[in-house]
Amino acid sequence: MAEVTEEKVKVKEPKEPLFSKKNKKLLTDPLADNNPITIQVLGICSALAITAQLKPSIVMAISVIFVLGIGNVVISLMRNIIPSKIRIIVQLVVVAALVIIVDQVLKAFAYTLSKELSVFIGLIITNCIIMGRFEAFALGNGPWKSFLDGIGNAAGYGVLLVIVAFFRELLGSGTLFGVKVLGDPIEKTGLYALGYENNGFMVLAPMALITVGIIIWIQRSRNKALIEDH
Amino acid sequence: MALKDKLHKLKLKYKDTKMSAAYNAIHTFLYMPNETTHSGAHIRAVDDLKRTMNTVIMSLIPCLIFGMFNAGYQHHLAAGEIQAVSNGFFSSEFWAIDNLVVGLWKVLPLVVVSYVVGLVVEIIFATIKKHEVEEGYLVTGMLVPLIVPIDTPLWMLAVAVIFGVVIGKEVFGGTGMNILNPALTIRAFLFFAYPTWMSGDKVWVHGAVERTNEIAEGAQLDAISGETVLGALAQGKEFTYSVSDMFLGFIPGSVGETSAILILLAGLFLIFTKIGSWRIMLSATLGALAMGLIFNGVVHAEWISESSKFYSLMSTEFWHHLIIGGFAFGVVFMATDPVTASQTNKGKWIYGFLIGFISILIRVFNPAYPEGVMLAILLMNVFAPTIDHYVIQGNIKKRMKRLKLKTA
Repeated sequence: MAEVTEEKVKVKEPKEPLFSKKNKKLLTDPLADNNPITIQVLGICSALAITAQLKPSIVMAISVIFVLGIGNVVISLMRNIIPSKIRIIVQLVVVAALVIIVDQVLKAFAYTLSKELSVFIGLIITNCIIMGRFEAFALGNGPWKSFLDGIGNAAGYGVLLVIVAFFRELLGSGTLFGVKVLGDPIEKTGLYALGYENNGFMVLAPMALITVGIIIWIQRSRNKALIEDH
Repeated sequence: MALKDKLHKLKLKYKDTKMSAAYNAIHTFLYMPNETTHSGAHIRAVDDLKRTMNTVIMSLIPCLIFGMFNAGYQHHLAAGEIQAVSNGFFSSEFWAIDNLVVGLWKVLPLVVVSYVVGLVVEIIFATIKKHEVEEGYLVTGMLVPLIVPIDTPLWMLAVAVIFGVVIGKEVFGGTGMNILNPALTIRAFLFFAYPTWMSGDKVWVHGAVERTNEIAEGAQLDAISGETVLGALAQGKEFTYSVSDMFLGFIPGSVGETSAILILLAGLFLIFTKIGSWRIMLSATLGALAMGLIFNGVVHAEWISESSKFYSLMSTEFWHHLIIGGFAFGVVFMATDPVTASQTNKGKWIYGFLIGFISILIRVFNPAYPEGVMLAILLMNVFAPTIDHYVIQGNIKKRMKRLKLKTA
């Protein structure tokens, strides 16, 4: 009898609805309470490097969503045939292949942006979030779940990039997506007529770190459960 | 007495409410508190945090007053309205009421903005954390207006003060917990955020920027320019200030940093009252002299040619480095900050020496910013705990050895 019930459970599992509560959590958790940047503090380097402007950050976010979503599925499909001794190399090959696709697409269709992002698209390979999700999730879960987890984590990363880039571009250059929203600094219109000036510090990398720090600070002071004990 | 009673009543009224920290701060700032701690063992001492802070502020007052006169003097001198000083420190051209008026008009707003914004931030944080308001900002608030150029827009100062107090101090837990000197954090923020207002030849003399704008609009006026001595040296330009001008402080520069003699007196006062560490001041001076001598040696040995862009700063006589720029001010008032400096005596020697050494190094090799003392102090602030760690470990090792020798 015991064997029968066990089999029944096994059969039931795949019938779980595509967006069950558990699966939805996989998608939404990394957006806030388990954000890869603010909570796990991963992927900081690219968050510092490319968030001076909104446009490259959004492209970066989309690229990472693509790479992590597809990559997680691929690794998940292969999880039972990858020998664990060489799994890191296999993972690297998968990421590298996907990153090269992204890089080539950008070069073909958005050359200036690809120039702007320069080496950082290639460096997605080294983004800790990607290897982290492969190791921690895709190797132990089915493809659908892995897909959701990949999209969720990459989106959590992307949301943060966009928030940081919003403040850095607005305060640092006075623009959003290259549009002069605060007036023209040379013609002295809008805010600049009142003596306002762009904050040059926001364009420098340290300010990205401080902005991320402030976001982490606000998030943890709103949700005390996130504060680690020491 | 009436005010005191009123404050006391207000304080009782707001006791245990969110605002109590603010009222307590005002009360204890104006009057000696009449309550004492009841439990635990305590050391009775006269110099509490507030007295320490007040002593530093007292030593800053001469620099502030001199800075006000100097602001007016530089303004009138650059506009061609008065003659240069002729009679040493007590020249009547300098101590004129006209100069003071300009100084008061320009410097007092800086002081007020610095204090009001800083204290508001402190009170907000004290209220959130349910702490008493700490005295830490008293000195910072006075230092900030003294280390910025005279024409710094007030809103920029306010933004920088908010940044400096929040990111430089409050995130670490408030007074006594900060890694970086808050006043220098504020200045560094201003420097990196608004570099056009913090360097160049237009910002050090009041009116230079306005005059440039007027000329740009077509007015027939002479341009005002006031290069600091360091700025002129960095670009290999000639300047007309004599050594005594530099020592007495009749040169353009940040508001309170120009008068080396007043800073020297303030330093002696701080050493005498045992508030500032003489080890840091002395070793920083030695460090600066050492680096200056090395550069002089390089020039003497003709390792660099006169066409080098570093030549004029390198060939500056080594002891001139002490009296130009913000070196003296930084060493006396900022390097000695007891919170961010090294704590051990041996550590203080290393810490101070490196500040002096690196200051002159940055001064000479950084063409964009011919003043290094701010960056040198901030850098050494970061290293101070490491220095202390190794000094203490070294001491422990030495004692362990002695212990082993005895037992063996």
